[in-house]
Amino acid sequence: MASARSEALRETIPLDGSPERRIEGLVDHAKMRAVYVYEAPVRLWHWVTVLAMIALAVTGYLIGKPLSSVGGEASEHYVMGYVRMIHFISGYVFAIGFLGRIYWHIVGNRWSRQLFMPSLFSGKFWGGLVHQLKFYLFLTDEPRAYVAHNPLANLAMFLMFALVGLFMIFTGFALYSEGLGIDSWAGRMFGWVIPLLGQSQDVHSYHRLGMWIMVMFAIIHIYMAFREDILSKQGIVSSMVNGYRYFKD
Amino acid sequence: MADTFYDVMRRQGISRRSFLKFCSLTATSLGLGPAFVPQIVHAMETKPRTPVIWLHGLECTCCTESFIRSAHPLVSDVVLSMISLDYDDTIMAAAGHQAEAILEQTIEKYDGQFVLACEGNPPLNEDGMYCFQGGIPYLEKLKKMADHAAHIIAWGSCASWGCVQAAKPNPTQAVPIHKVLNKPVIKVPGCPPIPEVMTGIVTYLLTFGLPELDRQGRPKMFYSQRIHDKCYRRPHFDAGQFVEKFDDEGARKGYCLYKVGCKGPTTYNACSTTRWNEAVSFPIGSGHGCIGCSEDAFWDKGSFYDRVTDIQPQIESTADRVGGTLAAVTGAAVVAHAAASAIKRARDTKGAKTTEKGGA
Repeated sequence: MASARSEALRETIPLDGSPERRIEGLVDHAKMRAVYVYEAPVRLWHWVTVLAMIALAVTGYLIGKPLSSVGGEASEHYVMGYVRMIHFISGYVFAIGFLGRIYWHIVGNRWSRQLFMPSLFSGKFWGGLVHQLKFYLFLTDEPRAYVAHNPLANLAMFLMFALVGLFMIFTGFALYSEGLGIDSWAGRMFGWVIPLLGQSQDVHSYHRLGMWIMVMFAIIHIYMAFREDILSKQGIVSSMVNGYRYFKD
Repeated sequence: MADTFYDVMRRQGISRRSFLKFCSLTATSLGLGPAFVPQIVHAMETKPRTPVIWLHGLECTCCTESFIRSAHPLVSDVVLSMISLDYDDTIMAAAGHQAEAILEQTIEKYDGQFVLACEGNPPLNEDGMYCFQGGIPYLEKLKKMADHAAHIIAWGSCASWGCVQAAKPNPTQAVPIHKVLNKPVIKVPGCPPIPEVMTGIVTYLLTFGLPELDRQGRPKMFYSQRIHDKCYRRPHFDAGQFVEKFDDEGARKGYCLYKVGCKGPTTYNACSTTRWNEAVSFPIGSGHGCIGCSEDAFWDKGSFYDRVTDIQPQIESTADRVGGTLAAVTGAAVVAHAAASAIKRARDTKGAKTTEKGGA
């Protein structure tokens, strides 16, 4: 049973014009179509956010469960201080990047609007989502081609990154405001989050849970990007580097 | 109208010099500059002693026990003269019908002028029968007095948040007083609150009126910072020097108690500045972490000895246990799915080759 994917993969072309000499596995670039999906600001934002998230998750974990104690005089060390400082700086980077991404949602191309506004009210979207689920559960062999995200990926992005990211920014700056003081800009803008979720300890717990959800998101996101790149009809991993999405048939 | 504070103090043999000293001390303990001393003097000389009705709902009386230990100002010399504590069933001489009659008299004589200080909270279950006083549920008594009061103070974590009787599963359905009253409440949480904070708030209320409150109704002057912000062990926190377990080397050296669950970073109170028992010490000073007694539902947050505590009441587990498990399951699922995909692909390719050969 030959799937369309393996057809595409085994597509061969004569190098010297003679139909006899074929190179197995060579893909005809003339037959590949490319769409410019991820514009430069989106790619830049993606990788800056990747770095910020790694720093945030590692330092955030260490803020809740600190490293082993250091000896000597307190004045000689600033371990926890630096861990927190990296967390706060990365938090600012993540939040400012997030704002920039929202700006690009407005001025960017049509695919830049998928992240924050999936077509939740379209029947086609949900139909595509069900199909994609079936494809991942090996219930159907035929993947559908999408220029940017498939509906399932789009929904996961929206729920696990956009919404959780927003939650992390609000809870994060609320916790940050505790150090700055209740009359600080952060206290005035985000201080209301603390009583809304209970008390400071609750906000810490939910913020930490949010970190784990983003870790889950990262695992699924990276796996799916590689899997799609290998198995589907379009290239994905390089699209976040050069912006182009290649379609193999 | 009642005598002024000054009248009462002079009558009790306090010299003007001592009176002025008290006013200066009060200004200092409230964190006010010398410019405020004349204002306090003026207020004490001209304002009538405010009647205070001190009610007790479901509670352990630790707020009263704390209050009577105030040293600056000294509760016996000053506060009981400053205010006119007309009703407090723990420490008043009257009892029975005599005592209850005082409530009616206060409403008659000082309608809208007295301060209602509430210790403990009302239970709502079984129509409030779990706290029954003078023939009526405490809930009714509280509501009635609150209707006629000028200011309402919620003493302690019981009145402010619910505290232990409202902890899960809260069989009596005890609720903080602001849930049953439709008037603003000054929350003075803590289990118990710091004595000097209690007398400081009373003094401020009588002198300047309502203190500035934060979003949750706590006076900013005592509750705007966390224990952690003014903790004397804070340098050890920033350095990364922690007590790993009780009685270890770090504990002997007075390192930060964060890793043994200190709730200082999540607790708004003045303990690390005012301390307790005439500023002798406070929990962290005695080598034990803060348990967060002035925070909402601190009983329900899991261990006192962990920083990453249970998410209550929604999830009875910590963020690390829940999130770590979810992440591990996700990782395992990804590996399984990748393996399944690889097997399927291998099979498809093989199948395709067979078909091709068959076709050729």
